[in-house]
Amino acid sequence: MRLLSLFRRRPSPAETARARLQGLLVQERARPGGPDFLPRLKADLLRVIGSYNPVEDCSVSIRIKSAGGMSLLAVNIELPLD
Amino acid sequence: MPKVIVVTSGKGGVGKTTTSAAFATGLALRGHKTVVIDFDVGLRNLDLAMGCERRVVFDFINVINGDARLNQALIRDKRIPNLSILPTSQTRDKDALTKDGVERVLEQLREDFDYVVCDSPAGIEKGALMALYFADEAIIVTNPEISSVRDSDRILGILASKSRRAERNQSPVQEHLLLTRYDPKRVARGEMLNLDDVMDILAVPLLGVIPESEAVLRASNLGVPVTHNQASSAGRAYADAVGRFLGETLEYRFLSPEKRGFMQRLFGKPA
Repeated sequence: MRLLSLFRRRPSPAETARARLQGLLVQERARPGGPDFLPRLKADLLRVIGSYNPVEDCSVSIRIKSAGGMSLLAVNIELPLD
Repeated sequence: MPKVIVVTSGKGGVGKTTTSAAFATGLALRGHKTVVIDFDVGLRNLDLAMGCERRVVFDFINVINGDARLNQALIRDKRIPNLSILPTSQTRDKDALTKDGVERVLEQLREDFDYVVCDSPAGIEKGALMALYFADEAIIVTNPEISSVRDSDRILGILASKSRRAERNQSPVQEHLLLTRYDPKRVARGEMLNLDDVMDILAVPLLGVIPESEAVLRASNLGVPVTHNQASSAGRAYADAVGRFLGETLEYRFLSPEKRGFMQRLFGKPA
């Protein structure tokens, strides 16, 4: 295995930089309501859902994806099993 | 139609002031009446880049506050008659820039000049927001470096949402990418983001690529904008960028490592 990895081409520093930037900017551009829109939405969701069923802070993830003039708000909430 | 151009980047140290000085000089050398304004209140540096630091009496903030007339604060460039500099204050803070005050000064300058070049401070706070608010066109100065590209992306978002043109639903601020400190040798070795990468990521029309050049530090040391040094690659690249801004179609130079002949290798000087 180790021998194989010798032949695998490692990405150049510039390629690594490009990949990091592309990943980062997808997230950072998803801010239609300004930078504090998503954290506030998350806090509100936690409060509302928590009044029915206790949820942990880390069990809610919110992302906005934009493509072709459409925005998709993806909210993922994990509820405890019991 | 006079135009207000902001030179901005988000990140510090990428060459905003160098570019403001070089670009304004280039516009003036082409015969356009040009003024370049320092918006970096408290950290005045454009005066050094233009070599007029000993001639500053009144400044931008004095004019905004009504302590001086615009004509008293404007400094005529000593090399080009149709170029003026409006320096900023070294003692005040960025809150001295009021939207009304800035608007009044810019409107007055529009009457007398073809181009008003606004040298933005780094960051996304008040000084930077004021510098871009009234802009018709924006030059986004970016280094081929990951944090600079990220900050440029951020500034593009702010231009599209917080400029006066955006607030009034007018046609958007026209954006131009200026890639500075580009080192074709390091790009060829895969050590530096290449032009296509940066253009893909930012998706802004390219105004020019300024190669890394010893002439830029020399220009700053002397207080003579690098556009005056047409023997240097950076000086010629800035002149090209000005030409493109004025609508000319010019081939991009200095994108690949310089090929040097045997004699040049022996005796030649670097760019």
